[in-house]
Amino acid sequence: MTTNERVESPFKSSWAVRFGWLLLAAYVVYAANALDFTWSRFIEGLGNGAEFLGEMIPPNFERWKLLVENLIETIEIAVIASAFGIGLSLPIGMCSARNLMPDWVTWPARTIIAVCRSFHPVIFAILFVKAVGFGPLAGILTLIFLSIGFIGKLFAEAIEEISLKPVEAMKAAGAPFMSVLIFAVLPQVFNRFIGFATYQFDANLRNSTMVGIVGAGGIGGTLFAAFQRFDYDFLAAILISIIALIMLSELISVKIKAIFND
Amino acid sequence: MSAELINKGNGATRSLLVENLEKEYVKGKPVLKGLSFEVSGEETVGIIGPSGTGKSTLLRCINRLIEPTKGTISVAGQEITSCAGKDLRMARRHIGMVFQEYNLVERLSVIENVLCGRLGYIPVWRAWLRKFEEQDITRAFKLINHVGLSEFATQRADSLSGGQRQRVGIARAMMQGPDIIMADEPTSSLDPKTSVEIMELLKKVSQTEHIPVIINIHDVTLAKRFCDRIIGMSKGKIIFDGTPSELKDSHLSEIYGGEDWLS
Repeated sequence: MTTNERVESPFKSSWAVRFGWLLLAAYVVYAANALDFTWSRFIEGLGNGAEFLGEMIPPNFERWKLLVENLIETIEIAVIASAFGIGLSLPIGMCSARNLMPDWVTWPARTIIAVCRSFHPVIFAILFVKAVGFGPLAGILTLIFLSIGFIGKLFAEAIEEISLKPVEAMKAAGAPFMSVLIFAVLPQVFNRFIGFATYQFDANLRNSTMVGIVGAGGIGGTLFAAFQRFDYDFLAAILISIIALIMLSELISVKIKAIFND
Repeated sequence: MSAELINKGNGATRSLLVENLEKEYVKGKPVLKGLSFEVSGEETVGIIGPSGTGKSTLLRCINRLIEPTKGTISVAGQEITSCAGKDLRMARRHIGMVFQEYNLVERLSVIENVLCGRLGYIPVWRAWLRKFEEQDITRAFKLINHVGLSEFATQRADSLSGGQRQRVGIARAMMQGPDIIMADEPTSSLDPKTSVEIMELLKKVSQTEHIPVIINIHDVTLAKRFCDRIIGMSKGKIIFDGTPSELKDSHLSEIYGGEDWLS
């Protein structure tokens, strides 16, 4: 270069952004202090943890019958909830896609999804235990609502991202609306729907181990009881079987996705 | 072919009649300003004109993908502009459309895409179960053969080249058993050689199906080479309507403006 002009930096620095980061860091330090989140507190806690772990080893599988029974109930809750939840979220998700449906259809569908998403699973589980009583039914209802909230939303978003060109072509060919959905929309989103569905089944399995804690059926109830009775070796056995169950379902969902992938 | 005869519109001559067509997207700013023309027989009509002059709007008004503001349009004697709901759907079945970007379902195979042209004729449950009539399937394979894609029938659309995709698009339009076919810039995404092949195919379709084919096209040379008749549009009006040999440079400079580009 012959000129001595100062070269302008292509990356603008912003004082506002720097100040923002500084403020965030300061707040984290302040909050940690306020909550006694300190190193010494952590070391103190470790001692407790070692004791706890010591009592968990070796895991006690003596009551394996109860364990298996509970696991089966857990799986049943997850399977039933997934079947209904995924089945319902297909039409609900489709109805909430704003690129295909008029406002008067998307609003109610979106409201249903929003309600399903508004509470944490534990709160849903407690609500349903109060509403329909203790037992698996409460757990199943909880997971159905969770599934609709999750897949319904993702599915609607997937539909809103499709290419509308084939839709236009089939409309131009005089296809009825449902046939347009079947041939122009579904093929574009089916893969992703399978992905969401297997993911949700996984999540349902995990959550169905939890709903028992509030009395909605499944292995969670036994887990909670073991906690309360300081039955740590049995607790370890339960935790190990839950891990095995989740890993198994992970394996299955990978297989399912491989089948449907392209 | 008997299968074809069953699908013929309503028996009247296969023609297109457009009268005083107007379209305003924004009130007071018409895009189409009172177009009138008639097409019939086995005519291949090229519509030329600068971008934004309303060529695509015109085609989409004919099958009512876009609502015309004023005027009447009849296809094979049936007035399209007065149709609504199911009648409109029934009427659309007899208007084939070929798109610039093919508008295929990428994830479906060639044969499935071609069969989509029949969706207007079969009930939803058959569409859901993929149970097409046997004669439709036979005809679909025949058409795929006709457009030169017989080896690709079961391949997915996204594995095809642009020219091949456009052939699928044409087969799909023919599958409707239409009274007319409209092509909206069918060659604009293709290379020159493929463009010529697609234009040849469209011309052939017009002759074998005995229907008029209307083609929006940017390429004046291609239009003059393949069309029996040229309609030149500018600023929402028809300013030339005649045979390719009648189309002179003076017309082109009137349609597109300026004349430096003509040399």
